[in-house]
Amino acid sequence: MNGRSLSKLQSALAVAVGVLGLLGLVLPRSAETGLSDTPFLTTFAVLAVFSLRRFRYPLPVFFDGCLTLAAGIALPMSLVVIDKGAVGFWSLTAAGWLSAWLFVERLTASGRGGRWASLAVPVLFGVTLLVLWEVVTRGLNVPQVLLPPPSAIGARFAASLPILWADFQQTFLKSVLIGYALGCGSAFLVAILIDRSPFLQRGLLPVGNLISALPIIGIAPIMVMWFGFDWPSKAAVVVVMTFFPMLVNTVAGLAEAGRMERDLMRTYAAGYWQTLVKLRLPAAAPFIFNALKINSTLALIGAIVAEFFGTPIVGMGFRISTEVGRMNVDMVWAEIAVAAMAGSAFFGAVALIERAVTFWHPSNRA
Amino acid sequence: MDIVMPNGLDPDPTPVIRARNLDLTFQTGDGPVRALSDVTLDIGKGDFVSFIGPSGCGKTTLLRVIADLEQPTGGSITVNGVSPEQARLKRAYGYVFQAAGLYPWRTIARNVALPLEIMGYSKAEQRDRVARTLDLVNLTGFENKFPWQLSGGMQQRASIARALAFDADILLMDEPFGALDEIVRDHLNEQLLQLWARTTKTIAFVTHSIPEAVYLSTKIVVMSPRPGRVTDVIDSTLPRERPLDIRETPEFLEIAHRVREGLRAGHSYEDV
Ligand SMILES: Nc1ncnc2c1ncn2[C@@H]1O[C@H](COP(=O)(O)OP(=O)(O)OP(=O)(O)O)[C@@H](O)[C@H]1O
Ligand SMILES: [Mg+2]
Repeated sequence: MNGRSLSKLQSALAVAVGVLGLLGLVLPRSAETGLSDTPFLTTFAVLAVFSLRRFRYPLPVFFDGCLTLAAGIALPMSLVVIDKGAVGFWSLTAAGWLSAWLFVERLTASGRGGRWASLAVPVLFGVTLLVLWEVVTRGLNVPQVLLPPPSAIGARFAASLPILWADFQQTFLKSVLIGYALGCGSAFLVAILIDRSPFLQRGLLPVGNLISALPIIGIAPIMVMWFGFDWPSKAAVVVVMTFFPMLVNTVAGLAEAGRMERDLMRTYAAGYWQTLVKLRLPAAAPFIFNALKINSTLALIGAIVAEFFGTPIVGMGFRISTEVGRMNVDMVWAEIAVAAMAGSAFFGAVALIERAVTFWHPSNRA
Repeated sequence: MDIVMPNGLDPDPTPVIRARNLDLTFQTGDGPVRALSDVTLDIGKGDFVSFIGPSGCGKTTLLRVIADLEQPTGGSITVNGVSPEQARLKRAYGYVFQAAGLYPWRTIARNVALPLEIMGYSKAEQRDRVARTLDLVNLTGFENKFPWQLSGGMQQRASIARALAFDADILLMDEPFGALDEIVRDHLNEQLLQLWARTTKTIAFVTHSIPEAVYLSTKIVVMSPRPGRVTDVIDSTLPRERPLDIRETPEFLEIAHRVREGLRAGHSYEDV
């Protein structure tokens, strides 16, 4: 599919890109600065003309990508020289956004590129979002306190690396990882310990539901009283939050092995532990990994929120609460960016291990 | 109803499996289901016994009782002179289930090695036996495939290999060849007969196919539906040495006829 046949949606997008691009060139967007706006206007002229020209001379997907990229770079840069309040500017913004949409649409429809395309689409989506965010916040002069542009957040991020790293160490490497390991590990062991006792299972699971329902704002101050201000009290909150999801899932997973598979073990006169290791734990793996994934997110939230209730002067939650008070919103966003990246990486790592371990599960079979 | 042994009372003084007036009633949500009723049966050492009967007549249940996977609610049963449980703990059974039941996280070779691992065979011995039994069921070359990468028939053959890998002296096979095509089925029937002739295994075999039952068995047990009862026990007059074309001989056809009559009788009983 080399630009020859466009779907209805794609054709409509292509026309819209052309029309909006040309409109943007014609509509008022007078520049008061002495700088030249020619390079930016040329970029959009090319984008608009080629987008319309494709109906005569088909345009390869790759070419759409190049045009979108050029528009994506030109838009935020043109903010300096073009009058931001003018209609023409927003027309060009819309043209750039629709061009990105068209490109992603064609990329997914072509079905080519396999793994790269599946990686490129979310990346493109994210980048488009950032560009629009930048253009909108600066173009509309949105106050910093409400929503700073990504460039300001980026600048603050780069300028505060040592602080961010110290906070990351305190919150993620200590509270989150240690609390997560202790919470999930102990829940796993307890699940195996109570496996042979229906009485304990029936008694513990309701208690688990009760504790899961406890508000973290109630637990966090208590943990501070028990374990002090530093990370152990935050790790304790994480343990409380992760313990029961893991326990419930492991208990459910251990019941998952089929009747015939168990009977097979019985005919071999396999012992309890042999059956556990060779049959019931592998069969429980999808459940266990489910809990590990849920907990990777819960742990991060728990550790950050727990720092709102007494903490030494370091940590992501501490930083967020104090910088909000000082109206340093860009620093808050920088911490949020760190949390988002750490959280995604953590979840992604667990998901990768899951795919390696439960490759046999119908949902993972290649 | 007590069945009468074809040639006198107890043909084998020390049967491997000896069932007397077995009863089994399942308690289900909508009332009791009587799966076995007054089953009396002797299976001698080295016998090849086929169970044949309409669907739901209790063939699987009977096999499960023998293997100590189900507890009878009446009557008595001994295996090798002891209770089924003791026999199971002595690892007397190789059980081939109606479905393959391979573990999806293990390769074919590791599935076949599963009982060997549990019973503590050495690594070298495991490798040796896995190769030998996979060869027996024509699965050489599929060692490193996963069960879900194989056809249903191949999976079933792998599960047979798994039951043959260790030296159980009683082989319980629940419609092992039901999912296979005619040619492979013939081949495996021959292989099974050869294996049985070479070893001293006692085989209890469930099938829906009359020719298969007659071809393989020294003894054919015909069962009737609900509640599962034994209606006829036919001792085969065929020689132990059985080429495939024995299936065209008059003797073979006569036994097949008797089995069919037994099945018909069971059916008409239900209609009354
Ligand atoms: N666990 C169970 N609980 C309740 N009823 C059962 C159970 N297992 C079997 N039954 C019932 O017992 C009867 C005999 O079942 P069984 O599986 O032994 O039949 P079968 O002869 O093997 O049939 P098929 O040829 O279809 O495999 C059926 O009516 C079945 O519904
Ligand atoms: Mg059955």
